[in-house]
Amino acid sequence: MEYEAVIGMEVHVEINTHSKIFCACSTAFNAPANTNVCPICLGMPGVLPVLNREMVNKSVAAGLALNCTISRWSKMDRKNYFYPDMAKNYQISQYDLPLCYKGRLDIEVDGQVKSIGITRAHMEEDTARNTHTLGGGISGVDFNRSGVPLLEIVTEPDLRSAQDAYAYLTTLKQILQYLDVSDCNMEEGSLRAEANISVHPKGSKEFGTKTEVKNVASFSGVAKAIEFEIARQIEVLESGGKISQETRGWDANRGITFSQRSKESAHDYRYFPEPDLMPIVVDEAWEQRIRKSLPELPLAKKRRFKEQYGLSDYDATVLTSTRAMADYLEAAVQAGADAKKAANWIMGDLQALLTDAKQEIQECKVPPAGLAEMIQLIESGTISGKIGKDVLVEMFASGKGPKAIVEEKGLVQITDEGALVAIVRKVLADNPQQVEQFKAGKDRVIGFLVGQVMKASRGKANPEKVNEILRKELSA
Amino acid sequence: MSKITREQVEYVAGLAQLELDDAAKARLQQEMGEILSYMDKLNELDTSNVEPMMHAMEMTNVFREDCAGESLAREAALRDAPQQDGEYFIVPKILDTEGGA
Repeated sequence: MEYEAVIGMEVHVEINTHSKIFCACSTAFNAPANTNVCPICLGMPGVLPVLNREMVNKSVAAGLALNCTISRWSKMDRKNYFYPDMAKNYQISQYDLPLCYKGRLDIEVDGQVKSIGITRAHMEEDTARNTHTLGGGISGVDFNRSGVPLLEIVTEPDLRSAQDAYAYLTTLKQILQYLDVSDCNMEEGSLRAEANISVHPKGSKEFGTKTEVKNVASFSGVAKAIEFEIARQIEVLESGGKISQETRGWDANRGITFSQRSKESAHDYRYFPEPDLMPIVVDEAWEQRIRKSLPELPLAKKRRFKEQYGLSDYDATVLTSTRAMADYLEAAVQAGADAKKAANWIMGDLQALLTDAKQEIQECKVPPAGLAEMIQLIESGTISGKIGKDVLVEMFASGKGPKAIVEEKGLVQITDEGALVAIVRKVLADNPQQVEQFKAGKDRVIGFLVGQVMKASRGKANPEKVNEILRKELSA
Repeated sequence: MSKITREQVEYVAGLAQLELDDAAKARLQQEMGEILSYMDKLNELDTSNVEPMMHAMEMTNVFREDCAGESLAREAALRDAPQQDGEYFIVPKILDTEGGA
């Protein structure tokens, strides 16, 4: 039988405010345990939480970018459960009136655009972290993360495959980073993804029983876990079994999902309105203010790059993959660089240097204007393209300007006819065999000879001139 | 007949992690039933033209600005904990490694 998979995602992103959602404690990552804590985020009785205004601003911005409706009226609720990650035995979240709802996000899979429904995006506080490495039948609780602001983004069950889920996650991450509302760093826990997965016979209207896969450390891990889970569920059904509704973990080493907790004993959270926090009213004016402040989003930027700069779809995709990279290209163009040439340098040599140095483009020592200047040196014939590569390496290492490097190292291209003729003649004299071959009609040998001249000039000869002179000398 | 069954009392007690004896269960079955009956009384009112009340206080948009301030000294934060090791609050070993939320 043929099956179809139905997948919905729940993503928690940490909103990158300076202070926590309900108190002034810092949200800094990696602080020593229990040092960014106060009576509010420790969950002491009798304290008064107050909502961080920037959390609302950033959450609305994310909601608008996800084409959501923004609630005029919204409120916080208490989600009740007992677990050592919450001392007060409830998490402050949003239940029936989320800040953002009914949105959609367009994703691209295999060149096809799919629209993924966003059910809701709501604000909540993160919980404490438990550590199980202390040994001796005990666990430790660190409240630094308790009260860190989270936006939980829930999709409709509109995803159909692991690729869909992967595309959704990368597109979502890209948008949130463009908006500067979250770092989306999975390693630091600022983005966590859970997938709800079910399968049913193709054509059937009814969805199958779903399982939830949690605690996956990377996007590719999520995709692999979904792939595994779809295959596992089909196998269970094919062999006449039943899917039990449960939470499953992902074992990245073994590449399998495993049962963690049966939903039959799942919590009944008994939500009720949080009496300590006042309702949130985002009026038209506030929403418009945020809407106007939204940056150009990746898809719009990509389209503009293709139109305005004549870049290919692939180049435009790569160059708009992060806002920093797009800004870099535009700054280089502004400084006078040809867009396509700048694009090639950024995606080629500069990207290779960045990857080697494990740097992001915004950290690199080559300013966009420096790259533009270097490209102009090539265009004006001052240096060859090959020397340009070496100059860029030096710029990247030292932060010096291209002109200074060219002068210091004497890299100015040799275009002087006399000097070039001398080198060419020496090369011809040193390679009589190749000269013979050329004269016998083997035209390709010219490439070898040009290479020898370039080598002899240590890359400084103008290759076009060399070619011209070589041919003249050989036919003499 | 109470509007609440004994099983419902036991379920709610379980969620609240309360252990109740038979007498308490019977009493709560009675009391919770009465509360629900009172809700029925309220339901007799026509509220179709009344805006839902979202909060007992008529205030909205109470915010704080996003400035990180001082936190407690760790020693002070941990001082009153039943068990702590100078860094962490100590609890009995958690077997289910999954978070509750």
